[in-house]
Parts: sequence; C-alpha cells; structure tokens
Amino acid sequence: MADLRTDFVGITSPNPFWLASAPPTDKAYNVVRAFKAGWGGVVWKTLGLDPHCVNVNGPRYGVVYGADRRVLGLNNIELITDRPLDVNLREIKQVKRDWPDRAMVVSLMVPCDEESWRTILPLVEETGADGIELNFGCPHGMSERGMGSAVGQVPEYIEMVTRWCKQHSRMPVIVKLTPNITDIRYPARAAKAGGADAVSLINTVTSITSVNLDTFSPEPSIDGKGTHGGYCGPAVKPIALNMVAQIARDPETAGLPISGIGGVTTWRDAAEFIALGAGTVQVCTAAMTYGFRVVQEMTAGLSLWMDEQGHPDLAAIRGRAVPNVTDWQRLNLNYVTKARIDQDLCIKCGRCYAACEDTSHQAINMSPDRVFEVIDAECVACNLCVDVCPVENCITMERLPAGAVDPRTGLTVSDEHADWTTHPNNPSRCAAE
Amino acid sequence: MRALTPGIAPSRLEESAYRAVFADAHPPMSPHEALVAADRCYFCHDAPCVAACPTAIDIPLFIRQIQAGLPEAAAKTIFDQNIFGGMCARVCPTETLCEGACVREAAEGAPVQIGLLQRYATDALMDRGTHPYRRAPDTGKRVAVVGAGPAGLACAHRLAVKGHAVTVYDARPKPGGLNEYGIAAYKTPEDFAAREVAWILGVGGVEIVAERRLGRDMTLDELRQDHDAVFLGVGLQGVNALGAKGEVLPGVRDAVDFIAELRQADDLAGLPIGRRIVVIGGGMTAIDVATQTRLLGAEDVTIVYRRGRERMGASRHEQEQAAAKGVRFKHNARPIRVVGDGAAHGVEFEYVEETADGLKGLGETFLLEADQVFKAIGQCFEPGPAPSLRLNLGKIAVDAEGRTSIPGVWAGGDCAAGGEDLTVTAVAQGRDAAESIHKTLMEA
Repeated sequence: MADLRTDFVGITSPNPFWLASAPPTDKAYNVVRAFKAGWGGVVWKTLGLDPHCVNVNGPRYGVVYGADRRVLGLNNIELITDRPLDVNLREIKQVKRDWPDRAMVVSLMVPCDEESWRTILPLVEETGADGIELNFGCPHGMSERGMGSAVGQVPEYIEMVTRWCKQHSRMPVIVKLTPNITDIRYPARAAKAGGADAVSLINTVTSITSVNLDTFSPEPSIDGKGTHGGYCGPAVKPIALNMVAQIARDPETAGLPISGIGGVTTWRDAAEFIALGAGTVQVCTAAMTYGFRVVQEMTAGLSLWMDEQGHPDLAAIRGRAVPNVTDWQRLNLNYVTKARIDQDLCIKCGRCYAACEDTSHQAINMSPDRVFEVIDAECVACNLCVDVCPVENCITMERLPAGAVDPRTGLTVSDEHADWTTHPNNPSRCAAE
Repeated sequence: MRALTPGIAPSRLEESAYRAVFADAHPPMSPHEALVAADRCYFCHDAPCVAACPTAIDIPLFIRQIQAGLPEAAAKTIFDQNIFGGMCARVCPTETLCEGACVREAAEGAPVQIGLLQRYATDALMDRGTHPYRRAPDTGKRVAVVGAGPAGLACAHRLAVKGHAVTVYDARPKPGGLNEYGIAAYKTPEDFAAREVAWILGVGGVEIVAERRLGRDMTLDELRQDHDAVFLGVGLQGVNALGAKGEVLPGVRDAVDFIAELRQADDLAGLPIGRRIVVIGGGMTAIDVATQTRLLGAEDVTIVYRRGRERMGASRHEQEQAAAKGVRFKHNARPIRVVGDGAAHGVEFEYVEETADGLKGLGETFLLEADQVFKAIGQCFEPGPAPSLRLNLGKIAVDAEGRTSIPGVWAGGDCAAGGEDLTVTAVAQGRDAAESIHKTLMEA
C-alpha cells in the first residue's frame, strides 16, 4: 500500500487531501463530517475580526454546466465567515482536540494593519490549530474593503503582512495567492521574502458566469443586479496547474512548499498537482458538488496508481514533472510527428476532417465512402484532430524516426535537439555550440 | 372471462383497459432528457444521418439547436425540409434510416435518439398553435392536388408557401391519407394525424374538398382544364389477392380496411376482434394489424410470412415490438386454403423454401386455428382513374422531379414508382414535385 501520509511544513495529515477554506469548512458540523469521510485536513473558512461579516440573502453561487448539468465551473460571491469569531475559535479548538491526526489550518483575513493581525494571531494560536493560511485571494466583496485579492495583487503588501504573521505567531504561515494578477511569480516571491512557510494557490478567478437574458442581470442575480464572483471548479484547473508550475520552477521560489488548489476532482487531478510540486492539494468544488464522500475515490485512486507505478510515497512523485516544464524556446523543433488514424477504430463522424479543413491545414482527406486519411505533406501535427475525435486513441500522433523525410518540409528528420534559441530565423539566436 | 369469448366479438378487454392500450408507444422526452440525448450528437461532418433521411433534414443542426435551448428553432429546421416532421418523428423506421446511419450506432450500438428528439422539437413548435410559414404573394396560379395524404399535403403546403392557390381533393371524408386511416393507433395517439393536418393547413391558401374520387367524381382531363397543374398523390387503392381457397369466407378481410375502421372507431370496445387471429404478410401493415388486435384482446395472434425473417418488409425493431406484445411469427409458409364452414375456422399452410426459381412448396402442411384472418400481402396502384398515364412496374412513372408522362401532371407518394412506401418518402416526393411545379409555372 502506498504511503499517503503527508508532512507539509510540519503539518501532518493521513493523506494530502485537504478541504479548502470555503463553505464546506465553515462549521464544526461540516468539518467533523469531512473527517469522518476521510479528508486528511481542512483549511477552516476564513476568519475575520468582529463585527463579523454578513452575506447576501439571495443566491451566492453561479454555475457553468457541461453535458447533463455536470458542474464544470462554480462561481461564488460569498464572503468570509459570517459567524462571530469566538464561535469559530471554540469550534476549531474542539475539533482539533477530537481529531488530532488531521491537519487543521485556519484561514485569516483582517485589515492590512499590524494591529489587526497582532490581535487575531494569538487567538488562533490558542486553539491548537496547526497553521494559518493568509487569504490574499478572494476577488469579490472583501477586496472592495482592501482585503483578499486587493492585498494579493500588491507584492509589497503580501511581504509586509506575511512578515507580521511570522513575527507575531509561532504557527506555520501559508500564503494563499490570487490568480487575478499578470505574473504569479511576483506574489510568490514576496511571500517567500516575508518568511512564508508555503504558498497555496489558486484562489478563485474573477468572473461572471452568465447573463440572464430575460432580466439582463448577471447571475447569480440579487434583486436584478449581479457582481463578479470567484470562479473555481474543473474549469480553472489548467490555470492553476500552470501557476503552480511557474512557482515550482522559478529559481527564486523553487523548493517553496505549495498547496495546490483549483479544480481537483479526482485522484488524477491531485497526482498532477503533486507532480508539479504540490505537497498537498485542497478541494472545494468537487465536495460542494458531490459531497464529502468523493475523497474516498481520491485516496483509493491515488494509492492504487502509486502501487501500480511502484511509487512508495508522495515524495516519490512530488515535483517529478517540474523539470519537464520549460519555455517554448527550449522545445525540440526536430521532434516531428504526424497524425495517424486507426481505421478500425474510426466511426466516420468526420469531425477531424471538418476541424482540419475549416480551421487548420487541410491535411485530412475524405473519400466518397467516408474514409479519412492524413495527408502527411500538409499535416503540421497540431493535434486538433486528436482533440476533437470522439474515440479515444483513434487518432494518435506518431513520431517520424530520425532519417525519415518529412513530406511537408522535405527535410530529413534529425535526432539532434534543435530549438528556437539556435534557429536561423531567430534574430537573437545564440551561436550553436 | 371476456378474452375467451369464441369467434369474433367486441369488448374483449375490461372497459377501463382500452385507454391504456393505445397509449403513446414512445412517450415524449422531457426537456432534460432531450438535452442529455442531444448532447450525444457529434455534429458529424456531411452527416450520414442526413444522407439516410429521404427528406434530408439537417439533423445535426436541429439537434444542436435543441442543445442550445431553442427547440422551436430546431423544429423550423425540420419543417423546412419536411412539413410532416411531427408524424415522421412518430412513424419513421428510424432504425433503418437516420438512426441506422448514426455513427454512434456503428460505434456503440446506441444511436442518438433522433426520432424522439425530432418529436421533442416539433411538439414544442406545434404546441404553440401558430404556423411558422407565411405565404408569398398570390401568384394567380391554381393547382389541383389529388389525395390528401402525406405526399399530397406536403405538395400542397409547399405550393401554398410559394403563393399558389391549391385545391386538394380526397376520396375519404377526412384528409390525412394513411396518417389518418392507416398508421397504427399507438403511433399517433390523441388524434395527432388530424391535429397535424389542421396545423399544416394553417399556412392558408389550401382548400380541402372531401369525398371526391378521381375517376368517379371527376376526371384527370377536367382537373387539367381547370388548373395550371395537377399533382397525383392517390396512394394505393388495390389490395393484392391471396389466391387461396376460402378467401371469401366471413372472417377473412383486408388488413388495411380493418386498420382504417379501427382508426376511425369512436369506441374501441365496439370493434369486433377474433379470439384466434392469423395475419398473412410480412410488412408494416401485418405488424400493425397483429399488434393492434393483440392489444385489443385477441388470445393468439400469429403472423405467417412466406419467406424468411430477413426478407420481411417490417423492420427488425417493429418485429421485436410486436413480439414483445405477444405476437407470434411463423416464417417460410404460404396459405393453401382458409378452412371453414360458413365462417373461417383456420388457415392451412404449406411450408415453402425460397429457390432460385422462386418459392417451392415442400409438401408438409399445418393448420392454424383462426376465427379472424387478415390479408396484409400488399397493395397495388389501380390505374383506372387515369388510364393514359405511363406506368413503371405497376405504378405511375415519374422523373426525378415527379413529372408524369402527361404534361402538367406530377405524381408522388405510394402511387408513384420509385422510393420506399414510407410517409417520409411520400413527403419528399410531394415537396419536390411542388418545387418542380412552381418552377414550371413561374417560367410559363
């Protein structure tokens, strides 16, 4: 059995699956249910200073559906906890006492002044919580008050607040980053400079999920008006993976522990985040869509996959994909592939043909009896046919061996690496070594 | 027990059971079901389903319109090609047409449910009670359409849209042709055929003249004189003879007549049904009469077909549906005589095999008890009303546009040579003839 136990900046949990700071972790009742279901840890829903926040009394969530009302993306305009601080602290303390083996991290968001932080930190520390997560990410509501992503968008503020927290608390500090910036490396570097033990990302993406065409109100609609919310769920996973990878491979932040967040729905999503350097993953939308029991698929799936691949523990896979994330200019231009269509698997829908003929390189021939074949002399190996084919593995990309002639370019394929840095068309190329 | 009443008797079912008997064979989809089903469509390039549809409905487009939440727009896509899209959604043998060609049928044996999706879309628009087409300005041209079945009304509708004035003559009291008098009741419940005709006529410019039969009440020459063009969609009036002894005994009757009587019956309980029934034939009519009599309380219903199962005109799906209702099948047997004494008591069959020279009797016979025997061995065109028309294999010869050998006369539907005898084929032929008539009249 693969060992899923996790030690993340000194915070241990039986598995790397934590519930993210969000509605599912707002109360002891929910968190206890989560622990019973098997979650390795939680980040308690963000606490603030009293008087506590209020929420809208109309809908808080908007959704983007796939087929059969499958939730692909969820957006929310819910604020941080709307319960009194002492109620939350009391419950955190009790739950941590009852579930000592689970990770209990507390998310915090208070105004950007040292006194506010100095006030709340000892209160949290007193609960016995394992660590804190600084919510510099929520893009809605609180950001209008100078908190959440309003802090996360200014690296200097991140560094300043992180430093306060390290000064005034013994707890590990995880800084939660907003994706609503142009370059995620700057806030991550700032967190590290401020002494952060780890970063977690991504928080939600600023978004409007839809417009009601009867009322012309954005959704979710509150009395005919809407405001942008934070978008999450499977739809944002690619954005999150990229940002995690950017931090993992940035020389200035390499090695900084990362808690990966964004659309984790199955074990596979989690494994991908871990391969890009995440020490734990945080989940929200999958739990909010299907309930807490989804963690059982995640732990079982990750464990089975690791066993089959011979990975004894999470350290064996953590960061394994990071060295393979590179810049475009380093990609091997001598890697030449062509699409290949398996005629036995082809169901003759013609989607590859329509896609290639209309929007790509006219590299698929369609015969009168609906046989689809790749024209190697036109195929640039863009992969669009593979992507739109409804049959898995029907179309594949096959590499031309060294020595073969690419009929499109007339050039002989070389097994040497050659990339843009040395390409003759590159005005700033380096001399070949 | 009523079911055991010997002979041919009414009221074989409990009074309360009749309503359920002819409930919708395939109930309509709910909106969510339709969205899920629509999502399975791959939006194929040059889609095989379109090629398989005799009316060439743009199926991927209409399904995408359902996906996008506008079933009414989907319906318009359907009606542009096939104004009988509602009926075709109910009666088309989709398993041999669009759904048979669906790539998902090839891939996983489960095609996109095109028929039910078409019904979902067409119901949505028809339930609005408005007609989606507006007539072009009056052209001053007058066209006679003979036969108010799918071919005739499809032709009339398209001509009316083009601005021509159309008079449709029909021998029967009600318009609709086989949609009204022929198709099994459970395929078109709640008087759908009549409602659909009324909706189609909502385009305006079409006058229906009932109970006027060509050759009896008017001649083709008279119609030609009084109109700028004539379309013949008269269907098949003749019934093939069995050629077996005892064919005239009471209890033996044509399946098509019985189905027409059933379709027009106000009170199904009053319809006399045999306890033991033999249906001779292998087409849709055989299936329809067998299934319906079984549903109406017949104890034993057997379809006997002279060739093998694979040669039956009825689709596999139809055969399975009938079998599921308890209809029994016997293949490779032909009737020798109807046995009876004042009324049919049974039919004697001989086993046959199909050889290169045709069917060959094997000498072995068997007797099936039957108090009611239905002949469903096909119908034929009766050229009586218009003897001068050139025929092709016993039906009116037409060219690709539906023109007959007589100038100014077009034909389509079952009476015209070419194409399968399906509602959808009749619609396509009527529609195309209308386009040809329009082109001809406007060039004149």
